[in-house]
Amino acid sequence: MPLLELTDVQARYGQVAAVHGISLTVDEGEIVALLGANGAGKTTTLRAISGMVATEGTLVFDGKPLPRKAEGTARRGITHVPEGRGILGELTVSENLKMGAYLRRDRKAIASDLDEVESELPWLHDRRDQQAGTLSGGEQQMLALARARLSRPRLLLLDEPSLGLAPIIVEQFFTLVRRLNEEQGLTVLVVEQNANAALELSSRAYLLEVGRVALEGASAELREHEGIRKSYLGY
Amino acid sequence: MAEFIQQVVTGLGDGAIYASLALALVLIYRATHVINFAQGEMGMVSTYIAWALITNHGWSYWPAFVFTLGISFLGGFAIHETVIRPLHRAGELTVVMATIALLVILNGLVSWIWQPDEKILVSPLSGGTWSVGDIAIPQQSVYDLIIVLVCVAVLWLLFRFTKLGLALRASAVDPSASRLLGVRVPWMLSIGWGFAAILSAVAGMLAASAQFIFTPGFMQVTIIYAFAAAILGGLESPVGAVIGGLTLGVTINLLGTYFPGQISPDLRLPAALALLLLVLVFRPSGLLGRTAVRRV
Amino acid sequence: MITRKFLVGLAATLVAAAVIVVLPLFLSDTHEYRFAFVATFFIAALGLQILTGYSGLISLGQSGFMLIGAYTTTILSVDHGWNDLLTIPIAGLLAGIAGFLFGFPALRLRGAYLALATFAIPIAVIALAKKFSDFTGGGGGKNLTRVLTGHEAYVTTWPIAGVMFVLAWLLLLGKLGRSFRTIRESEIAAVSSGVNLTVTKTLAFGISAFFAGVAGSLYAIVIGFVNPDTFSINLSLLLLIGVVVGGLGSLVGVVFGALFIEYVPLYAPDILSWVEKPFGAPLDPQRAGAGAAVYGFTLLLVLFVAPYGIAGLVGKANKSLQRRAYNPNRT
Repeated sequence: MPLLELTDVQARYGQVAAVHGISLTVDEGEIVALLGANGAGKTTTLRAISGMVATEGTLVFDGKPLPRKAEGTARRGITHVPEGRGILGELTVSENLKMGAYLRRDRKAIASDLDEVESELPWLHDRRDQQAGTLSGGEQQMLALARARLSRPRLLLLDEPSLGLAPIIVEQFFTLVRRLNEEQGLTVLVVEQNANAALELSSRAYLLEVGRVALEGASAELREHEGIRKSYLGY
Repeated sequence: MAEFIQQVVTGLGDGAIYASLALALVLIYRATHVINFAQGEMGMVSTYIAWALITNHGWSYWPAFVFTLGISFLGGFAIHETVIRPLHRAGELTVVMATIALLVILNGLVSWIWQPDEKILVSPLSGGTWSVGDIAIPQQSVYDLIIVLVCVAVLWLLFRFTKLGLALRASAVDPSASRLLGVRVPWMLSIGWGFAAILSAVAGMLAASAQFIFTPGFMQVTIIYAFAAAILGGLESPVGAVIGGLTLGVTINLLGTYFPGQISPDLRLPAALALLLLVLVFRPSGLLGRTAVRRV
Repeated sequence: MITRKFLVGLAATLVAAAVIVVLPLFLSDTHEYRFAFVATFFIAALGLQILTGYSGLISLGQSGFMLIGAYTTTILSVDHGWNDLLTIPIAGLLAGIAGFLFGFPALRLRGAYLALATFAIPIAVIALAKKFSDFTGGGGGKNLTRVLTGHEAYVTTWPIAGVMFVLAWLLLLGKLGRSFRTIRESEIAAVSSGVNLTVTKTLAFGISAFFAGVAGSLYAIVIGFVNPDTFSINLSLLLLIGVVVGGLGSLVGVVFGALFIEYVPLYAPDILSWVEKPFGAPLDPQRAGAGAAVYGFTLLLVLFVAPYGIAGLVGKANKSLQRRAYNPNRT
């Protein structure tokens, strides 16, 4: 049974439908990528999953229907790092990290998770009292990921993590995501414009076109697909 | 010199009341981006509740004081849940109107229930003075200042060091990001209104004792000073509101003492309003305001 | 220029005018007197409608400008022997200039900030009126030279109210009216379509205050006595409530708003005694505050269920009737 299963999901902003009936699954422990051009409905699909837009169709998570409110999906273990990273800019770095663990009650485990995150990225500790809004884009993305880890997500939704970041930072970021997936079994659904990086990271991928799934398959196969190569990979 | 010190202390006492109410305005503005025109009347209602407990039900002052703070919290919470939140999508003008409606309703209801005649809230913080040399320090002003500062400190500790406080701040800064982290943002905003109601209750009860007698209109002057204090501080800065309130209290008292001819009591209010207008027009981020980029 | 909407408006106006002409035959002197106050509230609220309903600029200052009009009339007629009716244009003009000037500092303010700033107007002018008691009689007030009967008050106020209504209507039909509506929707869009913000906003304030000045002047003439506290912030709040209850952006709605302002205190006890029955509340509805509570609750109710006020409700009923007429099969 997949961890997340969307069947014929539609989402709209007011009168405008942005997603016209998407079906997809994410299994426990895998990294799945959503690819597509601007306006294909990738971001809306993530927002639909986390309950930030009104939806029709069925969304099942871990065998039960998903609540249709963002605070509800968060309580079910879905952590969404939205477009623009969702950093609380006026709060400090350490306050942002604490907010990651907002729903958890296990103080000891939170403390050890915090230690782990801070030992990997010591600057999070050194600059804990800095306003998060003053961090660079790459640092904010790393903070967003660290914060997401503190919520111990069952499913992590990443929206365009590479946007506006230098290639070397993107590389670091994706390496970390892959390591978390391999070592801790973190399940990830990632939306990416950078199809190359996304296909390298993920095991499976969906290609969206105008609010529908146009193509799906194993990432390795999709990389060889002629249409994808021409339109999205550029060779 | 003696008179100067006395006037400064009196001014700090008055200013503490303005500060408390101004801080309530700032809390609400930060949480929900609403200027609450009913804030003064909310404090007025609280004061009447305390008065009724003491006068009609035989409570003593401090239990009534604390109990009223609890009721006020629930009242503020309920106002946000039932009036402000449902109207929030309808736009700023509608929400402003709603707070004006609340102002009129609360004032009318209090006159209706408790009659508009003059009442006395007897406070154990008497009107006595301490003599230090030839200086007579008014006790009530000192107590007012201490009570408000204690409330502000408790609130600050709560916002700074508790999980609830963190979630309250996060909700005000970025509601949608906070929801994604599992925060029940509407509840947090209602809690913010509850805290603001507590602060305005403190302001109301202290102001009623300081004025000795009060009627249902007694907070309508205080709220204007509080507006001026909040605007002085930039409307988004809690520290600014407190400093603004204290500064305003002291300034008005000193002006009244040293320029009694020009600044007679009935011109104090226009003077505060002129100040408010000047700051609004020329320094909208407040005298102490941050020049940070405002979110759109 | 002559659209269907224009013709409907014209017809409604003519009907209303006929009603106003005939009405005194059916009203007692007391109610004629009350209707004279309805007329003054109507004029003041028309001004506020232009400012808030059409231009989107919220103001709690209207009663302050009424005070200026009221005292202009009082001082000119009592101390300088003018005919009180001749002072009306002067009263309007002086208040209008004051409003126009206030428009400049208000240029940079919007929404709740503007409401805060306009809060200052009545409080400031009341304090000034009390301060300069040599001219104004101070807090004790000042008597005018004559006292009007209900009928005299009616026939004095309503023709002027009619003129002011036509004035407002013509104004809003024209280019300025279009500019007002554009700045209400979006100031940025207004600027990019060539609307001069400074001129438009200060004029909106000036015109609105002109209406308030005329209203204040008539108020003084009708009541025969002025007192600064009459024009407190509470009167501004009432006018705003009247405009919203009548319907933001509707000139005809202002009539309902003005009736509402004048007649609520009269009927508030009855309304509250309905409320009282189911709850068995031991409160006497005749007590003070009952009127205010009804005003406030009505405003809140309107905000929740009828954001376009009474005029909006009438319009909606009208439309659904038309729809039924066109399509009889529709249930």
